[in-house]
Amino acid sequence: MNIGLEHYLVLGALLFVCGLGTILLKRNAIGILMGVELVLNAANLNLVAFNRFAHAGTTAAPALDGQIVAIFVIVLAAAEAAVALAIFLNFYNNFSSIDVERAQNLKG
Amino acid sequence: MIHPMLAATAASDASAATATAILFYLCAAMSGISAICVVLSRNIVRTAVCLLFTLMGLAGLYFLLNSEFLAAVQLVVYAGGTLILIIFGVMLTSKSPFSRFEPRKIEVAIAIGVVILIFGALATAITHVAWPIATPPADSIYSMNALGLALLGDYLVPFEISSVLLLLVMIGAAYLAKARRHQPAESAGEAAAASRRARQWS
Repeated sequence: MNIGLEHYLVLGALLFVCGLGTILLKRNAIGILMGVELVLNAANLNLVAFNRFAHAGTTAAPALDGQIVAIFVIVLAAAEAAVALAIFLNFYNNFSSIDVERAQNLKG
Repeated sequence: MIHPMLAATAASDASAATATAILFYLCAAMSGISAICVVLSRNIVRTAVCLLFTLMGLAGLYFLLNSEFLAAVQLVVYAGGTLILIIFGVMLTSKSPFSRFEPRKIEVAIAIGVVILIFGALATAITHVAWPIATPPADSIYSMNALGLALLGDYLVPFEISSVLLLLVMIGAAYLAKARRHQPAESAGEAAAASRRARQWS
């Protein structure tokens, strides 16, 4: 019962398709944002799993590239969520709805 | 967390592998099932709670992958920060927190088809590729030292750029979300008309 790289990759694939399905199915803009977060987390899981299993480095210099990229992804996700929520608040002020089907004209 | 140095003998090695497997399946089930709930739930608040459990399960998996710092960051920044931000967004933008928008039947069919196709392709690819497995060094002790040195050494430029990015995001988000108080009379009238129209449609 050894847990290998494939287990983590399959879980990452599951999380990715869940995020994709959320993006496709939700009409609430914040629901779509949650789908994007799921996709980013799936990518993070893959990065960390590859860092652990495929490129471990030596004892003196452990390879940390995957983990550091994952940390940057988390920073970017936080920044993206802040900007996206500001845009959604603006959208809600203009249309008094958060339904993305309403966003049909460029000059609201 | 099973420390590799403790697992010196073969017997404790086997039990360590079993414990790791059990922990993996627990965390994976937690994050996978709640990720499926994120897709299926029609209630936006319930979706947010499911996303929280997904993030917590992922933090457990990061612990299992010897990335303690990343697990802590995942819990503090993602589950504690980003998700709270999203929940604030939910509260600020819905007239009723339980409002729901149903997708059309054709959209559901297309989405299910795309999702199943991509998951099948990914799973087939993952199980058929012979991944180059490098066994990690037996006494590898995860060191915060190495991570800090890498962030301020090889990765110094993206590290500094991300600080500038955070500043820009702070200014941009505050500018985008600020309340428009001083509107000229004309555009205020337009905005009122637009919101009246929007209310009619809703």
